[in-house]
Amino acid sequence: MSDGAVRSPFLALEDVKTHFPVTQGFLFRRRTGAVKAVDGVSLAIQRGEVLGLVGESGCGKSTLSRTIMQLLRASGGSIRLEGRDLCAVSMKQIRRERINFQMIFQDPYASLNPRMTVYDTIKEAIRTRHPHVGGRAMIRRVSSLMDKVGLAPKLMRKYPHEFSGGQRQRIAIARALAPEPKLILADEPVSALDVSIQSQILNLLAKLTRELGLTMLFISHDLGVVKYISHRIAVMYLGRIVEIGSPREIMEKPLHPYTQALVSAIPFPDPRLERTRRRMVLEGDPPSPMDPPGGCPFHPRCPFAEAACAREVPALKEYLPDRPAACIRIPEIHPGIGSRE
Amino acid sequence: MPLLEVNDLTTWFHMRDGIVRAVDGVSFTLDRGETLGIVGESGSGKSVSCYSLLDLIPKPPGRIERGTAVLGGEVDLLRAPREVLRRIRGKRIAMVFQDPMTSLNPYLRISTQMIEPLLIHEGLGNREALRRAIESLEEVGIHDAVRQIDLYPHQFSGGMRQRVMIAMALITHPEILIADEPTTALDVTVQAQILELIKARQRELGTAVIYVTHDLGVIAGVCDRVNVMYAGTIMESGTVDEIFYNSAHPYTQALQQSIPSLHDKGKSLYTIPGAPPDLTEERSGCPFAPRCAYEEAHCTGPNYRGLDAFRGRHKTACLRVLEGELNLKEENR
Repeated sequence: MSDGAVRSPFLALEDVKTHFPVTQGFLFRRRTGAVKAVDGVSLAIQRGEVLGLVGESGCGKSTLSRTIMQLLRASGGSIRLEGRDLCAVSMKQIRRERINFQMIFQDPYASLNPRMTVYDTIKEAIRTRHPHVGGRAMIRRVSSLMDKVGLAPKLMRKYPHEFSGGQRQRIAIARALAPEPKLILADEPVSALDVSIQSQILNLLAKLTRELGLTMLFISHDLGVVKYISHRIAVMYLGRIVEIGSPREIMEKPLHPYTQALVSAIPFPDPRLERTRRRMVLEGDPPSPMDPPGGCPFHPRCPFAEAACAREVPALKEYLPDRPAACIRIPEIHPGIGSRE
Repeated sequence: MPLLEVNDLTTWFHMRDGIVRAVDGVSFTLDRGETLGIVGESGSGKSVSCYSLLDLIPKPPGRIERGTAVLGGEVDLLRAPREVLRRIRGKRIAMVFQDPMTSLNPYLRISTQMIEPLLIHEGLGNREALRRAIESLEEVGIHDAVRQIDLYPHQFSGGMRQRVMIAMALITHPEILIADEPTTALDVTVQAQILELIKARQRELGTAVIYVTHDLGVIAGVCDRVNVMYAGTIMESGTVDEIFYNSAHPYTQALQQSIPSLHDKGKSLYTIPGAPPDLTEERSGCPFAPRCAYEEAHCTGPNYRGLDAFRGRHKTACLRVLEGELNLKEENR
């Protein structure tokens, strides 16, 4: 993003909604409501950018990634990849194009086929892009991918159960890279791993995004992890984006009260800091997306809420350059910051 | 006299393909009212050592091979008859588990489960027990407890269930609360609530708490003393400040350095090379040696003596630190 020119983003989400119907009755099924897992998300990712998406369980971050993947079809809005609206494309066509976006999942034990060797797993993924490669050429390609993710190519005839969790996640990453995708969606890729292994995989992902110029949506509940790998962070709460900013801005100057609470709740491995730190402890649990509160979804837990917050859903507004947030009280909570519109 | 004194606790699992040395000679003490953290990665033996204290190890294949665990200078938990242990568990020592969904019975109302320890251990009548149960739910911040207590576990959220578990564990005012990853399954904002809650209740009741966790952040926030475990043994033991600012073991340091939240973007994260050892293999010397940046030949030799006093109560298992060959503070300057 150094050319400075305004250009259309690589991936642009516009008011994306993913609702799941809730039905009742057996013979005469009636629609009685909807779980609004994703409810009006607008986001843009530039080519070569790593966008971190954080939020707590049930906030809709995984549903959003599955909607972008077209594993779920959006109930509304548009998802443009290089200008083309994926929501308007037929499922048949999507299946053909899916090689352009690949996923890395949380659990490398569940996401690899236990009956396929590493070679077969990666070969299958390469074939989706290059159906006619075979023999020596295929072995070369598999070896080079394994090298790239830090696995010894001599292990290619082994099965997933012969590897540790960290190594399996490396296999999953190699498989995701194999079809030369334009976009990678990583859904909690390090959450199931131990701290020491976590850092290995994060280093690997950071190295790959740098070297290959990958565009990635990195989803995690752990702000510490997201902060490390992302260029920008989007914070999600109950189906909506509540704030976007650079990792430093989000960690050091969070605008939205929810982001403030999230940052302040992270326990820091520093006892002196922990003893003196003032923590913003929220009341209650996140509400159910089946029965969301009216108005701002965060207002029942928000220490700054006032009557107006319960009336309407606040829109994402740029309060500082490139710092959109969705809270009507920001000018009062942060004196000196006003809407730029 | 410490409230709990564990000495040379050794729990092995005898599996078909070998002996898994899950806990291998663990010794530590716990004082009245203090908070001890046991930190380690998965497979380090932190949970098994706590389960062993309460005889919650599946036997077979598990077996407590050696050791003692003396509570209040009177009872050895590892040798106590079942009857005696039954009177201690849930009364003098209570436990909170990681997953509140699987540790509450889904078929029983919260009320039934909550009054059980009171009926068993305190011989209270139903009505009195129910009154105490409602009181303790209120104490953990559950509103409208009179009505909520008649609900079933699935009607509560994860955070609320963990509150119920804590209320239940503390209802008999135990001397020791063992919390095994109590907030790992919860969101961070809820985690902060639960940790605050345990801290507050601990202050009110004077309970000693053992936190078992993999999260050094949680440890830093709540513990007085810390045991760092690796491959079934304690690598370092000291006050929370000693462990974080004056660490005397390369593993503790490596663990701290690999936490992403302390790193700035763009800088490579510190990683520990290799993987934890296979616990079925007999080990000689330091189990961390193959991955250690400061390893030398004698680390795996006959001189290795395990956890030993370094400075006062600060203990380390690193032979090179104990022998004065290695000063980790200097190394990191």
